[in-house]
Amino acid sequence: MIEIKDLHKSYKIGKNSLHVLKGININVEEGELVAIMGSSGSGKSTLLNILGMLDVADEGTYTLDAVPIKDLDETKAAKYRNKFLGFIFQSFNLINYKTAVENVALPLYYQKVGRKERTEKAMQYLQKVGLADWASHLPSELSGGQKQRIAIARALAAEPKVLLADEPTGALDSTTSYEVMNLIQNINDEGKTILVVTHENDIAKMCKRVVRLKDGVIIEDEKVNQVRASDHV
Amino acid sequence: MFSRDSWQEIFETISKNKLRTFLSGFTVALGIFIFVILFGFGNGLKNSFQEFFMDDATNIFRLFPGRTTVPHNGFKSGRTIEFDNDDLAAIKKSFAFQLQYITPRIQRNYTVKYKNKSNNYGLRAVAPGHQQAEKTIMMKGRFINSQDISNKTKYAVIGRLVEKDIFKGEDALGKFIDIGKRSFKVVGVFQDDGGDNEERFVYVPYTTNQLIEKNTDKVDQIIVAFKPIIGYEGAIQFEEELMEFMKKRHDISSIDEGAIYLRNVADDLEQNQQFGSLLQMVVTFVGIGTLIAGIIGISNIMVYVVKERTKELGIRKAIGATPRSVIAIILQESIFITTAAGYIGLFGGIFLLNYIGDSLDNYFIKNPYINMGTALFATIILIIFGGIAGYVPARKAARIKPIVALRDE
Repeated sequence: MIEIKDLHKSYKIGKNSLHVLKGININVEEGELVAIMGSSGSGKSTLLNILGMLDVADEGTYTLDAVPIKDLDETKAAKYRNKFLGFIFQSFNLINYKTAVENVALPLYYQKVGRKERTEKAMQYLQKVGLADWASHLPSELSGGQKQRIAIARALAAEPKVLLADEPTGALDSTTSYEVMNLIQNINDEGKTILVVTHENDIAKMCKRVVRLKDGVIIEDEKVNQVRASDHV
Repeated sequence: MFSRDSWQEIFETISKNKLRTFLSGFTVALGIFIFVILFGFGNGLKNSFQEFFMDDATNIFRLFPGRTTVPHNGFKSGRTIEFDNDDLAAIKKSFAFQLQYITPRIQRNYTVKYKNKSNNYGLRAVAPGHQQAEKTIMMKGRFINSQDISNKTKYAVIGRLVEKDIFKGEDALGKFIDIGKRSFKVVGVFQDDGGDNEERFVYVPYTTNQLIEKNTDKVDQIIVAFKPIIGYEGAIQFEEELMEFMKKRHDISSIDEGAIYLRNVADDLEQNQQFGSLLQMVVTFVGIGTLIAGIIGISNIMVYVVKERTKELGIRKAIGATPRSVIAIILQESIFITTAAGYIGLFGGIFLLNYIGDSLDNYFIKNPYINMGTALFATIILIIFGGIAGYVPARKAARIKPIVALRDE
């Protein structure tokens, strides 16, 4: 599903150049649930941004679902993002003046899906994350866990190939974190490929594979025995 | 870009961000509203100005006697010049070709009395031509006619406000009033567009006034009207010839500037028109200033709006909005709001101007108006600049990488 070869990325800070990613090689198969771990500054967020086409690599190749991702202009990146990727953010990033169902329907708006169909589909995904009753609520009326579940529903609504989650439980207490991870595991069980950036070990253990980054290189890449989040709830 | 769906998205955004909508809409509406009001008031000011200065005929010369400043033909300087009836007859005879009409004017002040009501008014002893020179409009009865002049009748024509003041609603026509100590019959009531003061005069035949004043033949001022067909060139030539003629008659040196004054209304007119166009310029300047203030206002608000929405736009981009659609959403919204608010301001302003109407007449604002073309033009300018003001920050926002926009602060 994802193939990355010899990926380099550096940032210019004044006259100095900060080499953040120093040759990353990673393959992710369909249906995998991968945790990307590392301390801050290890390059994990940069890697996720490049995977999410929010940033461009300096060197190396990136293939997503057999499509080489290169020469991206903003418009092309936006279309690929919409088609291939669903994002889950630490701070949820819901649009605060839109109701839950409208937030979930937004990616479909950019896929030019008709209004009625959009709402129907959005309701389906709200159902899936167990928040159908909250469809007409604004984000400000929801708890953190609920917001993250809305955000997951939104990420799923576009029917992406890959879900990218950047510290999805970073702003949540542990009980809620496990609920969210439970949801992510269930989605993964249905065959969706998911990448989770985290620095929490217990969250990483709930994935099927853990990739550790340090100073811009992969220092460890192992399959783990998945801990089911439902055991903790 | 302009599909029904995107409009729905815009309306949703507008209705759910009331403060933002209100702020940008209010700026535009206020800008246009003030523009319309100021421009209308400017026009009103111009109207009253025109009424003050342009209510007289424009084809007349006014001759005033003065004192000689140059010795001539054995006369010392400092001699007082006086006009009399012979001057009138001589001008009439010598300039028959150019002359349309001629009238003297003798101005006095008298107490005018009817029954037990009395007041002081200006008395103008004139010939019939004076009606045309001052553009006096008869409301009832008639003006002084040539028979009044030859018969030296004791007839008077009074202003609308004179009738109002001393007749107290009674019909003045045919009644007798006391002017000074003498009784005159009112034969006409007039009105004048020159304002209230012009309507507080009493006109009598100049010959009658001369008879009262010990049968003198002196006149204060001579008003000469030329035929309009002689044109501007002809009028200038007539002016010179008339001056020369009068100086000769009164033994005045041709280089004497103080003995006779001649005021050419055409010159006044030109000066007034210059003043009028100065007013117009001030009005235009104020209008442009208001528009610029409006444009700056809407620009500031657009910058604020885009700044406020940076995160939202980042989210939209992350889930698949193209830069184009980011610009479109902001532009469409800003153009929609400026258009709607612009028209609210426009019609609000026009409505207020109509409502004011002539009620500010006392403050020299008469019939304020703005022509639709100017108002629409101003509105469209503001819409265009509102669009540009939205476009610049929108383009910048569209270029921001989603990760930057989504970074937690």
